[in-house]
Amino acid sequence: MPRLSAGARHRVRFALNGRAVEAEVEPRTTLLDTLRGPLAATGTHAGCEHGVCGACTIQVDGSMARACLMLAVQVEGASIRTVEGLAPAPDRLSVLQEAFREHHGLQCGFCTPGILMTLDAYLRDHPSPDERELREVLSGHLCRCTGYAPILRAALAAAERLREDVSHA
Amino acid sequence: MKPASFDYVRAEDRKEVLDVLRREGTEARILAGGQSLMPMLAMRLARPGVLVDVMGVPEFRILSDDAAGLTIGAGVRQAALGALPDLAQRHPMLAAALPWIGHAQTRSRGTVCGSVAHADPSAEIPLLLLALGGEVRLRSHRRARSLPAGEFFTGLMNTAKAENEMIDSVFIPAAKPGVGQAFREIGRRHGDYAIVACAAVADGAVLRLAVGGVADRPMMRSLPQPGDPTLEEALDAFAWDLGARDDLHATARYRRELVRRLGRATIEEAARCRA
Amino acid sequence: MNAEAPLQANGGTAPWTGRSLPRVEDAALLTGRGRYIDDLGAPPGTLHAAILRSQHGHARIESIDATRALALPGVEAVLTRDDIQALTTSLVVGVKAPVECWPIATDRVRYMGEPVAVVVARDRYLAEDAMDLISVRYAPLPPVLDPRAALAPDAPVLHEGLRGNLASDRSFRYGDPEAAFAAAPHRVSVVIDYPRNACTPIETYGVVAEYEPGTQSYDILANFQGPFSIHAVIARALKVPGNRLRLRTPRDSGGSFGVKQGVFPYMVLMAAASRITGRPVKWIEDRLEHLAASTCATNRATQLDAAVEADGRITALAWDQIEDCGAHLRAPEPATLYRMHGNMTGAYAVRNVSIRNRVVLTNKTPTGLNRGFGGPQVYFALERLVQRIALELGLDPLEVIRRNLVPADAFPYRSATGALLDSGDYGAAMEAALRDGGHEELLRRRDSARAAGRFYGIGYAAVVEPSVSNMGYISAVLTPAERKRAGPKNGAQATATVSADPLGAISVQVASVPQGQGHRTVLAQVVADVLGLRPEEIRVTSEMDTAKDAWSIASGNYASRFAPAVAGAAHLAATRLRDKLARIAASGLNLLPEEVEFAGGRVRARGNPDNALPFARVASASHWAPGTLPPEMEGGIRETVFWTPPELTAPTEADEVNSSLCHGFIFDICAVEIDPATAGIRIDRYVTMHDCGRVLHPGMVAGQVTGGFAHALGAALYEEHAYAPDGSFQTGTFADYLVPTATEVPDLRILHHETPSPFTPLGAKGVGEGNCMSTPVCIANAVADALGLPSITLPVTPARLAEHVFPPESEPPARVRPTTRPTATGQRGLSGEGEAVVDAPPQVLWDILFNPATLQAIVPGAHSVERLTDSHFRAEVTLGVGPVRGRYVVELELAEPVPPRSVVLTGSAEGGLGSGQGSGTVTLEPTPEGGTIIRYHYDAAVGGKVAAVGGRLLDGAARVVIGQFFTALANHASGGGAKRLGLLAWLRRLLRTGGRA
Repeated sequence: MPRLSAGARHRVRFALNGRAVEAEVEPRTTLLDTLRGPLAATGTHAGCEHGVCGACTIQVDGSMARACLMLAVQVEGASIRTVEGLAPAPDRLSVLQEAFREHHGLQCGFCTPGILMTLDAYLRDHPSPDERELREVLSGHLCRCTGYAPILRAALAAAERLREDVSHA
Repeated sequence: MKPASFDYVRAEDRKEVLDVLRREGTEARILAGGQSLMPMLAMRLARPGVLVDVMGVPEFRILSDDAAGLTIGAGVRQAALGALPDLAQRHPMLAAALPWIGHAQTRSRGTVCGSVAHADPSAEIPLLLLALGGEVRLRSHRRARSLPAGEFFTGLMNTAKAENEMIDSVFIPAAKPGVGQAFREIGRRHGDYAIVACAAVADGAVLRLAVGGVADRPMMRSLPQPGDPTLEEALDAFAWDLGARDDLHATARYRRELVRRLGRATIEEAARCRA
Repeated sequence: MNAEAPLQANGGTAPWTGRSLPRVEDAALLTGRGRYIDDLGAPPGTLHAAILRSQHGHARIESIDATRALALPGVEAVLTRDDIQALTTSLVVGVKAPVECWPIATDRVRYMGEPVAVVVARDRYLAEDAMDLISVRYAPLPPVLDPRAALAPDAPVLHEGLRGNLASDRSFRYGDPEAAFAAAPHRVSVVIDYPRNACTPIETYGVVAEYEPGTQSYDILANFQGPFSIHAVIARALKVPGNRLRLRTPRDSGGSFGVKQGVFPYMVLMAAASRITGRPVKWIEDRLEHLAASTCATNRATQLDAAVEADGRITALAWDQIEDCGAHLRAPEPATLYRMHGNMTGAYAVRNVSIRNRVVLTNKTPTGLNRGFGGPQVYFALERLVQRIALELGLDPLEVIRRNLVPADAFPYRSATGALLDSGDYGAAMEAALRDGGHEELLRRRDSARAAGRFYGIGYAAVVEPSVSNMGYISAVLTPAERKRAGPKNGAQATATVSADPLGAISVQVASVPQGQGHRTVLAQVVADVLGLRPEEIRVTSEMDTAKDAWSIASGNYASRFAPAVAGAAHLAATRLRDKLARIAASGLNLLPEEVEFAGGRVRARGNPDNALPFARVASASHWAPGTLPPEMEGGIRETVFWTPPELTAPTEADEVNSSLCHGFIFDICAVEIDPATAGIRIDRYVTMHDCGRVLHPGMVAGQVTGGFAHALGAALYEEHAYAPDGSFQTGTFADYLVPTATEVPDLRILHHETPSPFTPLGAKGVGEGNCMSTPVCIANAVADALGLPSITLPVTPARLAEHVFPPESEPPARVRPTTRPTATGQRGLSGEGEAVVDAPPQVLWDILFNPATLQAIVPGAHSVERLTDSHFRAEVTLGVGPVRGRYVVELELAEPVPPRSVVLTGSAEGGLGSGQGSGTVTLEPTPEGGTIIRYHYDAAVGGKVAAVGGRLLDGAARVVIGQFFTALANHASGGGAKRLGLLAWLRRLLRTGGRA
């Protein structure tokens, strides 16, 4: 039975955006701090560190998760996806990202990575959401800049575009 | 806002979990989905010596829905329950209430049993367990026992679980044919803890209403049928007996009104749904 | 060519400005390549700070012991008041009063969350470990929280130097208000308590400070937003000349809304920490710190009276405002109170005005910039008043508004209090809003809803939105004589630099410090139009560096100054560069400079596009061949413009203040329906009409309006910085401080009516703050209309509406005792009672209470009990509920003993998770069977972290802990021994003994 002792650092290995990574962490180190610190994936943001604001939302094995509510040692062997893994190429945006740009779905951009990770996961499972469903899933995020209306428009537009892409494929 | 130090045990089977609980008692805390525990760790409100991560334990992954009822193991996430086929047909109250539990982003990690163990008086899952006549199945290194939900929840974040015990699973009996179920909730915002949540079961001549968010734990009472002239009085008595208090988000009076009005609406819906 | 006719400069093609182009900022922000302060890395050797904060609203600091913290390996320093005071001076205070403002608690703490010690350690986790090891002994003082109460002669005093809590008291008089009131047939009044709220950017404060001993200078990186007048405040506090304080901002900032002005005291703290440790020091605020102690808008107690003619015309206004700035008057306060000074008549032509402005200090977080800044407080009173006038005079509120609006032919209009309203047609905008907002339909909906017995209401708000603050308005807090001595202050200097590089590409640098408003995109559009280029060819940087950039005290992002002032300055700088380039090109093209035009990336002859040079070639000429430039020309590499509007003059002798340069107009319509079953508020429709002058980027203007609306909706319905009567802060998490989410914010119908400002280079006005001013009162007016309420307090929650929506409540059944003692509105004292029947006589119980050995057995979780006197005990205990556990030092005192019948038990607890005080009376009543009925009731207050983060559960938790004590007492007396009972056993026992708790 592996017991990781307090105060010491322990190696944790997992996949981050498809690449194997490892980090040395204390048992108490949050996944959020691990991503942002040793792994330098600073796109995931700390907004409240108590699981309410949603800025740190990532995907763990395909499901949405608050990185502040997880310990790094919990994701040993898991597959993590963050905002850095969304774009198809460094100079190209994904359909979802492009919709956010087109519809002004962001201002300061601090909450945006978490929202993108939620929508990326949600639209995969719910390709034809209506506005009410989108409001509900987005209610797990706080945005102080946009008033949410442009985010909803971006999400609806992205969903439509993704459906078209599927039907044309 | 960083947790204090603790050891971490990644348990591989149930025995390991129970051994740690046996040896370390109050110093040990079960880490399942972590959605309630992690904020408490980050705020240093809770400072356990060791966390036992139970999510890798195969025995706790049980999620079965058979003729007797629904068994939900300690490692089953709320989202997995929500994804159960036929949930809305077989357990309509659960299906109706699941979207009210936190947000999609927390249901994807949070476990059903973790919420039961946390015993927040405003949380939905303890209320549902009580309303549906559920049982909490506890285990220690020495014994296994089962408690009805009504005996398990003993007060504010307090339960009948001993310090060397853990919740192995919860069991919700299958809804009998013709039973009506309904759930309603009022919170400040979507996804917030309930100001008042009501869960009603109409089973033939028996009508039960369970209320969360008001007393120090979910409370349940049998009530007259809709249309019965004594219902209003009985709801009023229930509303008063719950001992509502003022807090930041609602007054005691507002909570009592919701028990009366939301309670009645929930009862009526359950009665309507009765075949 | 001149600056006044610039917009066709790109040669007949439609200008870029005014189009909703995609933002240049977005690609980085969408892919995780934002560069916010915590993403920038830190110099090698950087230490991390954590701040120990007060658990009390008001207390004397008796001692601070950091010995154990300092012994922890990896902890470099623990700084307290003496360390900070040795290196710094008090922050400058904006009023002439004997009061200081330190960034750390000195002799006492004055608000919950006030910094008490700064721990500097190898990493943040460790710094927080060390924080837990510092023990601070406090002697609690009575707090004062309400601004009116703070003025009472016997109120607790925060700052002895002031001798009271009044920091400023000024009266103003314009026209002849006394005569107008005497002549008016009606006098209508409103009394308002405007609550505290804050815009809570999702990124918290951050500071990295480094002291360089060789040059005795500080280099500070912070996500500060301006105004850079604060640079002077920090430099003075750090006792260095301004040029030894280099202040930089990161490229990206995760929102501010005014709030990040308030990071500056922490710059002083971290700078001092760096100097003491000899290492760079980084501090990232956490959310609990931010909610409790960063800053927030002022709460304000206002009485506003109007003298009104029979037709609804207002002939005079009398304002009495008591502004609550919290525990310290922190720069630039009391600016919130004076920002609106020119606009105290709002959108109305009222010539007679009296104003009394008082500023008080209370035991709450110091206030500062917050979106809307003073506007919400003023308009809540003014627009509530307009609705009251309509009701009291039996008029349509729209008629009252129409009769009082500044007429369209009066612009520019000088308000009674000194504002120069630049442009507008308020009446036309209002009528357009009613027409295009579907007002008739809403009236029909209201009629039919009311006919069906439903609660439906419509509210309005007409608001003038000021933007581009006059740096001189705050000096209105001084008397004219004091102002004279201090020297004049005025203006609003905006700066922009446009430069060409050796390849002829154009860069723009502005001192605007955006936090997501898309400044770089708009500036690229504006400059591209002037130079005939495409926006993507323009490179804009907006991070600030006071050591290298052009800036002034007015630099920064506040008072909605970007579009009117900063974009205008960039336009002027680009125009200046263009004019030079035109002269350079003219000789090569054989033209006069005025025959040159810039279009399509070329510099060419007007009317003969073939006679042209590539733009880059002209723009790079000054680099490569300065000798070929026209004679006496200074070159065309770089142009910096400092622009300040001449209209922003200093306050006059008569205290007339043109507090802002631009004045947009907003007319809002809100229709609400209240659910009779839940008292829930549903916004059926919200229409907001904006005249913000010329729109530079429609998408961003819409974004500012919807964003401001969401903030205002929060202030109206959800958000409040709440304090308990003991000074505890109660909304310390995002589960308690309720920010609207996507499920709460309704659709918004935005309308526009453009009247360009004649005072700004591009005709633009600010637009970002208006809905924070108009929307809270518009929603309140709608709710008041729906329920027929004479007054309404924000936030409007269903619980607050309950008594107006529901019929009177039944009497409680006899068996139910009141569980909450009546308290004043908004006060949430913890109180309770219980009883138990025990088999032992009263004397046995009495002896247990007065004996340390037995007391130890019944105090929940006691490790030790020490007897200080016969009736005074100290205990170390572990208290908790569920998984929440903390160690506390508890003192128990037994007073007014009537042996063996009754005693008053007073207790206090102090620990890392917070503090508590309580007192209760215990009576021991003998039963005929030889037993005792123990009865107790208590009043308690719990403060500190547990109160801030666990308010929802606090009452229940207090009951559990106090219940444990009496259960144990009962148990012990019955021979149950010292064992602490589980709660179930306790409940069973209570049931068996017939007790209630």
